[in-house]
Amino acid sequence: MKVKVLFFAGLREQLGTSGEEIELPGGIATVAGLRSYLSKRGNSWKTALAEGKLVRAAVNQDMVQQTAAIKAGDEVAFFPPVTGG
Amino acid sequence: MKISVQSQDFDLTEETRFLLKDKKIGAIASFVGVVREVAMTLEHYPGMTENSIRKIVEDARARWQVMDCTVIHRYGALQPGDQIVLVAVASAHRGDAFAACEFIMDYLKTQAPFWKKEHRPGGAQWVEARSSDDQAAERWQGPTRKKAG
Repeated sequence: MKVKVLFFAGLREQLGTSGEEIELPGGIATVAGLRSYLSKRGNSWKTALAEGKLVRAAVNQDMVQQTAAIKAGDEVAFFPPVTGG
Repeated sequence: MKISVQSQDFDLTEETRFLLKDKKIGAIASFVGVVREVAMTLEHYPGMTENSIRKIVEDARARWQVMDCTVIHRYGALQPGDQIVLVAVASAHRGDAFAACEFIMDYLKTQAPFWKKEHRPGGAQWVEARSSDDQAAERWQGPTRKKAG
């Protein structure tokens, strides 16, 4: 299935991209699954998305837990803990 | 209810006057966040930012008697002394206005997708989230603390 992936702030800089549309292999059904899949792309991906790193996620612009489900056409964003206000 | 994510500055007096149209309003509590010491750039997630602020305001309205509310958050390049954020809550009485204003600010700090990058002499650096901000938001969880006003 195809999803739109976005990255913000420090994570965007670490990965050198603000996002893309990607075609996922079968079996990826959650935010955690997607994160794990992306972390296998190479060094900076592994470092930035490693388990234990504080990475927040949103699906279709709603903040979610890593266990949240994803489906075709979703916009999935990864970013560091927010620091506004 | 007015929610605005914008690069330009805002005027507290003007925003307060805007809230005063309803003659049943007896209190307006407002908070203005200001850039302290170091210049910064604020990034946000267009679309999600407005939605998340709207949800926080709706949560506040479910807990307290909020007659109207204005939230303005800036993004882009900001200098020390610049205003960053305004939360202004109008209510019949001060108790609800104070509580809702603080609640909205606490949740904005932990839920709204903004990120600060500070420009220090040694280079630019993303600001790390503080656990004290999470604790500030968490203290509102549990039984509703609706005040009589």
